Amino acid sequence: MLDVAVSYNRYKFLGYEFLTWLWFVMENRQEILKESDKELVSLDIGNCIVLENNKNDSIESITIKGDKAGLEEGILSLQKGAVVTELNLIYKAGNNEWRFNIKGENLNISSLKTPETGHVETKEDIEGVLLEKVFLYEKIFVLMNNLYKHFISLRVTNRWEKDVVLQIKKWIAS
Amino acid sequence: MFFAILKNRGIMGILSSSVSVTRYKVKSNPEKPVLEKVYNGLTQNAIQEIDDHPLEKTVGWTSFENPYIPDFEGSSFVIGPYLVFSMRLDRKSIPPKVIQKHYAIEMARQLEKSGRKYLSRNEKKSIKDHVIDVLSLRIPATPNIYDLIWNMEESWLWFFSNLKAANEELETLFSKSFRLSLIRLFPYTTADLISGLSDADRDLLLQLSPTKFTE
Repeated sequence: MLDVAVSYNRYKFLGYEFLTWLWFVMENRQEILKESDKELVSLDIGNCIVLENNKNDSIESITIKGDKAGLEEGILSLQKGAVVTELNLIYKAGNNEWRFNIKGENLNISSLKTPETGHVETKEDIEGVLLEKVFLYEKIFVLMNNLYKHFISLRVTNRWEKDVVLQIKKWIAS
Repeated sequence: MFFAILKNRGIMGILSSSVSVTRYKVKSNPEKPVLEKVYNGLTQNAIQEIDDHPLEKTVGWTSFENPYIPDFEGSSFVIGPYLVFSMRLDRKSIPPKVIQKHYAIEMARQLEKSGRKYLSRNEKKSIKDHVIDVLSLRIPATPNIYDLIWNMEESWLWFFSNLKAANEELETLFSKSFRLSLIRLFPYTTADLISGLSDADRDLLLQLSPTKFTE
Protein backbone atom coordinates (compact mmCIF):
# COMPACT_ATOMS: atom_id res chain seq x y z
CA MET A 1 0.00 0.00 0.00
CA LEU A 2 1.09 3.55 -0.72
CA ASP A 3 2.45 5.82 1.98
CA VAL A 4 -0.48 7.40 3.83
CA ALA A 5 0.56 11.05 3.37
CA VAL A 6 1.28 10.51 -0.34
CA SER A 7 -1.98 8.68 -1.03
CA TYR A 8 -3.99 11.24 1.00
CA ASN A 9 -2.82 14.12 -1.17
CA ARG A 10 -2.49 12.37 -4.51
CA TYR A 11 -5.98 10.86 -4.49
CA LYS A 12 -8.09 13.43 -2.67
CA PHE A 13 -9.55 14.28 -6.09
CA LEU A 14 -11.46 10.96 -5.78
CA GLY A 15 -13.37 12.42 -2.82
CA TYR A 16 -14.25 15.56 -4.79
CA GLU A 17 -15.38 13.47 -7.76
CA PHE A 18 -17.41 11.24 -5.44
CA LEU A 19 -19.36 14.22 -4.05
CA THR A 20 -19.85 15.68 -7.54
CA TRP A 21 -21.12 12.28 -8.75
CA LEU A 22 -23.29 11.98 -5.63
CA TRP A 23 -25.01 15.29 -6.39
CA PHE A 24 -25.63 14.04 -9.96
CA VAL A 25 -27.03 10.77 -8.56
CA MET A 26 -29.34 12.60 -6.12
CA GLU A 27 -30.70 14.66 -8.99
CA ASN A 28 -30.86 12.03 -11.70
CA ARG A 29 -30.33 8.45 -10.53
CA GLN A 30 -32.42 7.90 -7.40
CA GLU A 31 -32.38 4.13 -7.99
CA ILE A 32 -28.67 4.04 -7.06
CA LEU A 33 -29.56 5.58 -3.69
CA LYS A 34 -32.25 2.99 -3.07
CA GLU A 35 -29.86 0.18 -4.02
CA SER A 36 -27.43 1.51 -1.41
CA ASP A 37 -30.01 1.57 1.37
CA LYS A 38 -33.29 -0.30 1.17
CA GLU A 39 -34.83 1.84 3.92
CA LEU A 40 -33.92 5.13 2.30
CA VAL A 41 -36.79 7.52 1.74
CA SER A 42 -34.64 10.39 0.48
CA LEU A 43 -31.15 11.86 0.40
CA ASP A 44 -31.01 15.55 -0.36
CA ILE A 45 -28.64 18.47 -0.21
CA GLY A 46 -29.13 20.42 3.02
CA ASN A 47 -27.93 23.90 3.78
CA CYS A 48 -24.40 23.98 2.40
CA ILE A 49 -22.40 23.13 -0.71
CA VAL A 50 -18.72 23.98 -1.02
CA LEU A 51 -17.07 23.82 -4.42
CA GLU A 52 -13.53 24.39 -5.55
CA ASN A 53 -12.16 25.48 -8.89
CA ASN A 54 -8.52 24.89 -9.63
CA LYS A 55 -7.56 27.30 -12.39
CA ASN A 56 -4.08 28.21 -13.51
CA ASP A 57 -2.54 26.99 -10.25
CA SER A 58 -4.85 29.12 -8.12
CA ILE A 59 -7.71 27.67 -6.11
CA GLU A 60 -11.07 29.41 -5.99
CA SER A 61 -13.44 28.25 -3.25
CA ILE A 62 -17.19 28.81 -3.53
CA THR A 63 -19.47 28.31 -0.52
CA ILE A 64 -23.23 28.31 -0.97
CA LYS A 65 -25.20 28.43 2.28
CA GLY A 66 -28.86 28.52 3.23
CA ASP A 67 -31.77 26.10 3.29
CA LYS A 68 -32.08 24.23 0.00
CA ALA A 69 -28.57 25.54 -0.75
CA GLY A 70 -28.63 27.38 -4.08
CA LEU A 71 -28.47 24.64 -6.63
CA GLU A 72 -28.34 27.03 -9.60
CA GLU A 73 -25.25 28.80 -8.29
CA GLY A 74 -23.67 25.41 -7.67
CA ILE A 75 -24.41 24.21 -11.19
CA LEU A 76 -22.98 27.45 -12.53
CA SER A 77 -19.75 26.75 -10.64
CA LEU A 78 -19.67 23.21 -12.04
CA GLN A 79 -20.07 24.68 -15.54
CA LYS A 80 -16.99 26.78 -14.87
CA GLY A 81 -15.01 23.64 -14.00
CA ALA A 82 -15.46 23.41 -10.23
CA VAL A 83 -15.88 20.17 -8.26
CA VAL A 84 -17.79 19.63 -5.03
CA THR A 85 -15.54 19.53 -1.96
CA GLU A 86 -18.11 19.46 0.85
CA LEU A 87 -21.83 18.75 1.16
CA ASN A 88 -24.42 19.08 3.88
CA LEU A 89 -26.85 16.20 3.43
CA ILE A 90 -30.27 15.26 4.80
CA TYR A 91 -31.02 11.56 4.88
CA LYS A 92 -34.49 10.24 5.65
CA ALA A 93 -35.49 6.68 6.47
CA GLY A 94 -38.98 5.88 7.75
CA ASN A 95 -40.06 8.89 9.79
CA ASN A 96 -36.52 9.63 10.90
CA GLU A 97 -34.08 12.26 9.70
CA TRP A 98 -30.29 12.55 9.89
CA ARG A 99 -28.24 15.64 8.96
CA PHE A 100 -24.51 15.72 8.40
CA ASN A 101 -21.60 17.24 6.50
CA ILE A 102 -19.23 15.16 4.42
CA LYS A 103 -15.88 16.45 3.23
CA GLY A 104 -14.49 15.13 -0.05
CA GLU A 105 -10.82 15.49 0.87
CA ASN A 106 -10.96 12.95 3.72
CA LEU A 107 -14.58 11.65 3.72
CA ASN A 108 -14.84 12.88 7.31
CA ILE A 109 -18.33 13.22 8.71
CA SER A 110 -19.06 16.26 10.87
CA SER A 111 -22.08 17.90 12.53
CA LEU A 112 -23.86 14.54 12.38
CA LYS A 113 -27.29 14.82 13.97
CA THR A 114 -29.27 11.64 14.38
CA PRO A 115 -32.93 11.17 15.27
CA GLU A 116 -33.72 11.51 19.00
CA THR A 117 -32.61 8.69 21.28
CA GLY A 118 -33.58 7.85 24.84
CA HIS A 119 -32.14 10.02 27.63
CA VAL A 120 -29.44 9.00 30.04
CA GLU A 121 -30.80 9.49 33.55
CA THR A 122 -28.85 6.80 35.38
CA LYS A 123 -25.65 4.88 34.83
CA GLU A 124 -27.69 1.87 33.76
CA ASP A 125 -29.19 3.82 30.84
CA ILE A 126 -25.81 4.39 29.20
CA GLU A 127 -25.43 1.03 27.49
CA GLY A 128 -28.86 1.16 25.85
CA VAL A 129 -28.55 4.75 24.65
CA LEU A 130 -25.00 4.21 23.41
CA LEU A 131 -25.96 1.13 21.40
CA GLU A 132 -28.89 3.05 19.94
CA LYS A 133 -26.56 5.91 18.96
CA VAL A 134 -24.07 3.52 17.36
CA PHE A 135 -26.87 1.96 15.33
CA LEU A 136 -27.98 5.41 14.14
CA TYR A 137 -24.41 6.53 13.25
CA GLU A 138 -23.81 3.29 11.43
CA LYS A 139 -26.79 3.95 9.14
CA ILE A 140 -24.93 6.94 7.70
CA PHE A 141 -21.55 5.20 7.48
CA VAL A 142 -23.02 2.15 5.74
CA LEU A 143 -24.94 4.37 3.29
CA MET A 144 -21.81 6.38 2.47
CA ASN A 145 -19.67 3.21 2.21
CA ASN A 146 -22.15 1.65 -0.20
CA LEU A 147 -22.37 4.78 -2.32
CA TYR A 148 -18.59 5.18 -2.39
CA LYS A 149 -18.23 1.51 -3.29
CA HIS A 150 -20.63 2.04 -6.20
CA PHE A 151 -18.72 5.15 -7.30
CA ILE A 152 -15.29 3.56 -7.12
CA SER A 153 -16.42 0.42 -8.96
CA LEU A 154 -17.49 2.69 -11.84
CA ARG A 155 -14.43 4.92 -11.52
CA VAL A 156 -11.92 2.13 -12.21
CA THR A 157 -13.70 0.97 -15.38
CA ASN A 158 -14.03 2.41 -18.90
CA ARG A 159 -17.70 3.05 -18.15
CA TRP A 160 -16.66 6.07 -16.11
CA GLU A 161 -15.32 8.09 -19.05
CA LYS A 162 -17.54 6.57 -21.74
CA ASP A 163 -20.82 6.68 -19.92
CA VAL A 164 -20.95 8.34 -16.48
CA VAL A 165 -18.84 11.42 -17.23
CA LEU A 166 -20.87 12.06 -20.39
CA GLN A 167 -24.11 11.94 -18.38
CA ILE A 168 -22.67 14.27 -15.72
CA LYS A 169 -21.48 16.70 -18.42
CA LYS A 170 -24.95 16.66 -19.98
CA TRP A 171 -26.53 17.36 -16.56
CA ILE A 172 -24.12 20.21 -15.84
CA ALA A 173 -24.77 21.77 -19.24
CA SER A 174 -28.58 21.43 -19.03
CA MET B 1 -27.31 14.26 37.79
CA PHE B 2 -25.59 11.51 35.85
CA PHE B 3 -26.78 13.03 32.58
CA ALA B 4 -25.30 16.36 33.69
CA ILE B 5 -21.89 14.72 34.24
CA LEU B 6 -22.00 13.15 30.79
CA LYS B 7 -23.14 16.37 29.19
CA ASN B 8 -20.36 18.39 30.78
CA ARG B 9 -17.59 15.99 29.83
CA GLY B 10 -17.06 17.49 26.41
CA ILE B 11 -18.93 18.85 23.48
CA MET B 12 -18.08 16.17 20.96
CA GLY B 13 -18.75 12.94 22.83
CA ILE B 14 -20.53 9.88 21.49
CA LEU B 15 -23.81 10.87 23.13
CA SER B 16 -23.75 14.53 22.02
CA SER B 17 -26.55 15.85 19.86
CA SER B 18 -24.06 16.61 17.08
CA VAL B 19 -20.85 14.66 16.47
CA SER B 20 -17.84 14.64 14.18
CA VAL B 21 -16.31 11.28 13.37
CA THR B 22 -13.03 10.16 11.83
CA ARG B 23 -13.12 6.54 10.78
CA TYR B 24 -10.23 4.09 10.94
CA LYS B 25 -9.48 0.54 9.94
CA VAL B 26 -7.57 -1.36 12.62
CA LYS B 27 -4.83 -3.58 11.26
CA SER B 28 -5.44 -6.97 12.95
CA ASN B 29 -6.45 -7.59 16.59
CA PRO B 30 -4.52 -7.71 19.85
CA GLU B 31 -3.01 -11.03 20.87
CA LYS B 32 -5.06 -13.37 23.08
CA PRO B 33 -6.36 -13.02 25.74
CA VAL B 34 -7.67 -9.96 23.92
CA LEU B 35 -9.50 -8.16 26.74
CA GLU B 36 -6.54 -8.59 29.06
CA LYS B 37 -4.19 -7.13 26.43
CA VAL B 38 -6.53 -4.17 25.90
CA TYR B 39 -6.86 -3.67 29.67
CA ASN B 40 -3.07 -3.67 30.02
CA GLY B 41 -2.69 -1.21 27.15
CA LEU B 42 -5.26 1.11 28.71
CA THR B 43 -3.95 1.02 32.27
CA GLN B 44 -0.29 1.32 31.26
CA ASN B 45 -1.09 4.35 29.13
CA ALA B 46 -3.83 5.92 31.24
CA ILE B 47 -3.83 9.71 31.59
CA GLN B 48 -1.53 11.05 34.31
CA GLU B 49 -2.39 14.25 36.13
CA ILE B 50 0.14 17.03 35.51
CA ASP B 51 -1.32 19.80 37.68
CA ASP B 52 1.60 19.55 40.11
CA HIS B 53 4.24 19.04 37.43
CA PRO B 54 5.94 21.49 35.11
CA LEU B 55 4.81 19.48 32.06
CA GLU B 56 2.75 21.54 29.62
CA LYS B 57 0.91 18.68 27.92
CA THR B 58 -0.01 15.06 28.49
CA VAL B 59 -2.10 12.48 26.68
CA GLY B 60 -3.50 9.13 27.79
CA TRP B 61 -6.54 6.87 27.97
CA THR B 62 -9.44 7.43 30.28
CA SER B 63 -12.78 5.77 30.86
CA PHE B 64 -15.85 6.83 28.91
CA GLU B 65 -18.15 6.94 31.91
CA ASN B 66 -15.76 8.68 34.27
CA PRO B 67 -13.13 10.58 32.30
CA TYR B 68 -11.74 12.48 35.30
CA ILE B 69 -11.00 9.33 37.34
CA PRO B 70 -9.89 6.64 34.85
CA ASP B 71 -11.09 3.19 35.83
CA PHE B 72 -10.93 0.20 33.51
CA GLU B 73 -11.70 -2.49 36.10
CA GLY B 74 -14.23 -5.24 35.48
CA SER B 75 -14.08 -4.81 31.68
CA SER B 76 -15.98 -1.55 32.15
CA PHE B 77 -14.73 -0.51 28.69
CA VAL B 78 -16.79 -3.26 27.02
CA ILE B 79 -20.28 -2.19 25.97
CA GLY B 80 -22.19 -4.77 23.93
CA PRO B 81 -19.92 -5.89 21.06
CA TYR B 82 -17.81 -2.72 21.29
CA LEU B 83 -14.87 -1.40 23.26
CA VAL B 84 -15.67 2.13 24.36
CA PHE B 85 -13.16 4.44 26.01
CA SER B 86 -11.74 7.92 25.61
CA MET B 87 -8.49 9.69 24.90
CA ARG B 88 -7.75 12.63 27.18
CA LEU B 89 -5.42 15.38 26.11
CA ASP B 90 -4.57 17.79 28.94
CA ARG B 91 -2.82 21.00 28.06
CA LYS B 92 -1.73 23.97 30.12
CA SER B 93 -2.25 27.21 28.37
CA ILE B 94 -0.34 30.10 29.87
CA PRO B 95 -1.41 33.45 28.42
CA PRO B 96 1.58 35.01 26.57
CA LYS B 97 1.14 38.27 28.48
CA VAL B 98 1.55 36.43 31.81
CA ILE B 99 4.79 34.86 30.53
CA GLN B 100 5.92 38.27 29.28
CA LYS B 101 5.30 39.87 32.69
CA HIS B 102 7.16 37.25 34.73
CA TYR B 103 9.97 37.08 32.16
CA ALA B 104 10.49 40.86 32.42
CA ILE B 105 10.50 40.72 36.25
CA GLU B 106 12.98 37.85 36.31
CA MET B 107 15.23 39.50 33.71
CA ALA B 108 15.38 42.70 35.80
CA ARG B 109 16.19 40.68 38.92
CA GLN B 110 19.02 38.80 37.17
CA LEU B 111 20.49 42.03 35.76
CA GLU B 112 20.46 43.66 39.15
CA LYS B 113 21.99 40.62 40.78
CA SER B 114 24.80 40.33 38.22
CA GLY B 115 25.41 44.08 37.95
CA ARG B 116 25.54 43.75 34.16
CA LYS B 117 23.66 45.71 31.51
CA TYR B 118 22.92 42.76 29.22
CA LEU B 119 22.22 39.05 29.44
CA SER B 120 23.42 36.54 26.84
CA ARG B 121 20.99 34.80 24.52
CA ASN B 122 21.45 31.53 26.46
CA GLU B 123 20.76 33.26 29.78
CA LYS B 124 17.57 34.83 28.36
CA LYS B 125 16.40 31.45 27.07
CA SER B 126 17.16 29.80 30.38
CA ILE B 127 15.18 32.51 32.24
CA LYS B 128 12.21 32.07 29.89
CA ASP B 129 12.24 28.27 30.31
CA HIS B 130 12.41 28.69 34.08
CA VAL B 131 9.49 31.17 34.06
CA ILE B 132 7.38 28.77 31.97
CA ASP B 133 8.25 25.86 34.30
CA VAL B 134 7.29 27.84 37.41
CA LEU B 135 4.04 29.09 35.86
CA SER B 136 3.21 25.56 34.62
CA LEU B 137 3.26 24.38 38.23
CA ARG B 138 0.69 27.03 39.17
CA ILE B 139 -1.69 26.66 36.21
CA PRO B 140 -4.01 23.62 36.02
CA ALA B 141 -4.18 21.69 32.75
CA THR B 142 -7.33 21.96 30.65
CA PRO B 143 -8.69 18.48 29.83
CA ASN B 144 -10.03 17.64 26.36
CA ILE B 145 -11.87 14.35 26.04
CA TYR B 146 -12.30 12.47 22.78
CA ASP B 147 -14.43 9.32 22.78
CA LEU B 148 -13.83 6.30 20.60
CA ILE B 149 -15.60 3.08 19.71
CA TRP B 150 -13.64 0.04 18.59
CA ASN B 151 -15.32 -2.90 16.92
CA MET B 152 -12.73 -5.67 17.03
CA GLU B 153 -14.86 -8.16 15.16
CA GLU B 154 -15.10 -5.89 12.12
CA SER B 155 -11.73 -4.16 12.68
CA TRP B 156 -13.04 -0.62 12.62
CA LEU B 157 -12.69 2.28 15.00
CA TRP B 158 -14.59 5.56 15.16
CA PHE B 159 -12.86 8.52 16.75
CA PHE B 160 -15.18 11.34 17.73
CA SER B 161 -13.16 14.28 16.46
CA ASN B 162 -11.96 15.57 13.11
CA LEU B 163 -9.21 17.70 14.70
CA LYS B 164 -5.90 16.94 13.01
CA ALA B 165 -3.83 17.23 16.21
CA ALA B 166 -6.21 14.99 18.20
CA ASN B 167 -6.21 12.36 15.43
CA GLU B 168 -2.42 12.37 15.29
CA GLU B 169 -2.22 11.92 19.07
CA LEU B 170 -4.70 9.04 18.83
CA GLU B 171 -2.70 7.24 16.12
CA THR B 172 0.51 7.50 18.17
CA LEU B 173 -1.07 6.51 21.50
CA PHE B 174 -3.01 3.60 19.97
CA SER B 175 0.08 2.16 18.31
CA LYS B 176 2.11 2.56 21.55
CA SER B 177 -0.60 1.01 23.73
CA PHE B 178 -1.76 -1.95 21.64
CA ARG B 179 1.04 -2.40 19.09
CA LEU B 180 -1.56 -2.13 16.32
CA SER B 181 -1.76 0.34 13.43
CA LEU B 182 -4.72 2.53 12.69
CA ILE B 183 -5.35 3.38 9.04
CA ARG B 184 -7.39 6.52 8.54
CA LEU B 185 -10.18 6.02 6.00
CA PHE B 186 -9.91 8.75 3.36
CA PRO B 187 -10.67 8.47 -0.38
CA TYR B 188 -7.71 6.29 -1.35
CA THR B 189 -7.70 4.00 1.70
CA THR B 190 -11.49 3.60 1.58
CA ALA B 191 -11.21 2.51 -2.05
CA ASP B 192 -8.21 0.27 -1.41
CA LEU B 193 -9.29 -1.38 1.83
CA ILE B 194 -13.05 -1.51 2.20
CA SER B 195 -14.60 -1.17 -1.25
CA GLY B 196 -14.16 -4.79 -2.34
CA LEU B 197 -11.96 -4.05 -5.37
CA SER B 198 -10.13 -6.91 -7.07
CA ASP B 199 -6.31 -6.84 -7.29
CA ALA B 200 -6.61 -5.76 -10.93
CA ASP B 201 -8.99 -2.93 -9.97
CA ARG B 202 -6.64 -1.81 -7.21
CA ASP B 203 -3.84 -1.57 -9.79
CA LEU B 204 -6.13 0.57 -11.94
CA LEU B 205 -6.94 2.71 -8.91
CA LEU B 206 -3.26 3.64 -8.62
CA GLN B 207 -3.26 4.95 -12.18
CA LEU B 208 -6.30 7.22 -11.90
CA SER B 209 -6.02 10.93 -12.55
CA PRO B 210 -8.61 13.72 -12.10
CA THR B 211 -11.67 13.85 -14.37
CA LYS B 212 -12.69 16.98 -16.22
CA PHE B 213 -16.47 17.42 -16.01
CA THR B 214 -16.46 20.30 -18.48
CA GLU B 215 -15.14 20.41 -22.04
